[in-house]
Amino acid sequence: MSESSPVIEVDRLVTHYGARKILDQVDFRVDPGEIRVIMGGSGSGKSTLLRFLLGLHTPTAGSIRLLGRDIHRLGARDQLAFRREIGVSFQGGALFTSMTVGDNVALPLREHFDLDENTIRIMTRLKLEVVNLGGFQDLMPSQLSGGMIKRAALARAIVMDPKLLFFDEPSAGLDPVVSAELDELILKLRDAMRMTIVVVTHELDSAFKIADKITVLDQGKVLMTGSVDEVKASPSERIQDLLNRRPRELEVDVDEYLQRLTGRDSG
Amino acid sequence: MLLNSVHRVVSQIGRSTMQIADEIGYVGSLFGEALFFLFVGPTRGQPVRWHHILHQMRQIGADAIPIVALLSLVIGLSLAINGIAQLKAFGAESAIVIGVALGVTREFGPLITGIVVAGRTASALAARIGSMVVSQEVDALRVIGVEPSRYLAAPPLIAAMVMLPCLTIVSDFFAILGGGLFSAGPLEITMYGYFHQSLEALEPWDITQGLIKSLVFGILIVLIGVGTGFSVKGGAEGVGQATTRAVVVSICAILVADMFFSFFLNR
Repeated sequence: MSESSPVIEVDRLVTHYGARKILDQVDFRVDPGEIRVIMGGSGSGKSTLLRFLLGLHTPTAGSIRLLGRDIHRLGARDQLAFRREIGVSFQGGALFTSMTVGDNVALPLREHFDLDENTIRIMTRLKLEVVNLGGFQDLMPSQLSGGMIKRAALARAIVMDPKLLFFDEPSAGLDPVVSAELDELILKLRDAMRMTIVVVTHELDSAFKIADKITVLDQGKVLMTGSVDEVKASPSERIQDLLNRRPRELEVDVDEYLQRLTGRDSG
Repeated sequence: MLLNSVHRVVSQIGRSTMQIADEIGYVGSLFGEALFFLFVGPTRGQPVRWHHILHQMRQIGADAIPIVALLSLVIGLSLAINGIAQLKAFGAESAIVIGVALGVTREFGPLITGIVVAGRTASALAARIGSMVVSQEVDALRVIGVEPSRYLAAPPLIAAMVMLPCLTIVSDFFAILGGGLFSAGPLEITMYGYFHQSLEALEPWDITQGLIKSLVFGILIVLIGVGTGFSVKGGAEGVGQATTRAVVVSICAILVADMFFSFFLNR
C-alpha cells in the first residue's frame, strides 16, 4: 500500500437484515491522515456500517478494503496482524469490568506481543497519560466517570499505535465540556500520531469541529460526502433537515389513521 | 378452525425442533472451537492462557468445595437414615454400607456435584458473558484480535473437565462420611470400619463411571452457560433470562445425560 492510497475503500456495500436492506450500495474512500465523520440520523445505518468496517459482520455484497486489504478475505494470521493496526473506542467504552483500567489498556499488548511486564506497565502508563488518565491505572472501570471511561477506552484503542482509529458516538452521554475535551483529543491524536480517524456520530457540533470530510448516511444510502462547508451548503432537503434538526415528515397520515381507528372524522 | 389450530401446533413444534437443533449445533461448534484453540491456538497466535484456566479452576472447583461437601454429607446421612429404616424390615441393615457406597460413587456423587456446579457456574458464565455481549465487551475482544471462544469458553471448559471429577471425589468422600456418621452406631462398627467396608465393596469401575459422568456434566454445564451467554439479546432483561435459562437447561441436560449413563453403563 503506497503512502497516498486510500486507507479505507468501501465498494458497493450491501447488507440485509431479513428482507430489509440496511446498507444499500454504500461507497466511499478515506485518505491517510484524514478525520472522516460518518453522520446520519437514528436508523440511518451508520452504526451498522461501523460494525462492517470493524470486520464484525460479513456483507451480503460489495467489499471493504482497510489499509489495502480486503478484511473479509484475510486468513487467521493476517487477521491478527490487521487487528494490530486498528483501534476502536466503543460508544459505552466497552471496558472489561473485571479488570483494572491498567489491565484493560494492557490487554492488547499482552495478547499480541511477547513483552515483559515492566515494558507493558510503562507503555500502559504512557498511553494513559496521553488521554489525561495518568495515575488511574489501578482503578476499576466502575470507579470512573463517563468521560473517564471513554478516555480509558481510547487509551486501550491507541496502545498498539494503530494506523486507523474508529470512534462510535464519542460524545454520547457526555456534558459539553467533556465532549469538547474529547474532540480536542481526537484532533491531537491525528496530528501527533498521524492516525486516520473515522468517527460515527450524530452530534453536529462535534462533527463540524473535527471533520476533514463528512459522509452523510440516510436510510442505508450515502447521501453525500464532502467537506464541512460542502455539507452545510448542500441543497439536499434531507441533509438540511438533519443539519437543522428537523424531524423527518411522518409517513403516516395521522388524521386518516385516527379516522380509521375510531371510525370518525378527527376534525 | 380445527385445521388452523393443528397447523399452528405443528408449526410451533417445527420451530421449537429447529431451535433445539440449532442450539445443539451451536454448542457443538463451541466445543470444537474451544478444543481447537486449546491444541492449535498457540500456533495461530491465539493460545489459551494457563492463568485463565487456573482462575476458572479456583472458581469452578475450589470455591465449590464447601457447598459440595455439605450437600454430600446431608445426602449421605439421608441415604443412611432411609436405607436403614427400609432394610430393617429384612434384617439386612448391614447392607447399607454397600448401598451407600455404590449409590454415592455411581450416582449421587456426580449428580450432586453436577447440580451444584450447574447452579453456580452455568449461571455465572451466562451472566458474565451475557453482560459482556450487552456492553460490547465481546465486540471489543474481537476487534482487539482475541477470539471470544478462546478467551471466554476454553478456560472454563478445561477447568470444568479437570475440576468436576475432583469435586466428585470430594462429594463421594463426604457422602460416605455422612452415611457412616449415621450408620456406624446402629451397625456397631467404628468409622474406620465403615470406610474400610465401603472400600471393600467398591470396584474401581464404580468410581470410574462416576468420574466419567462428572466429566461429561462439566462439559455440558460450561457449554450451556457459555452458549447461553453469547446468545443474549435485549440488555439487562436478556441477561437475567439467560442466567435462569442456563441453570434450568444445564440441570435438565445433566439429568438426561445421567439417565443415559445409568442405562448404558449398568446393563
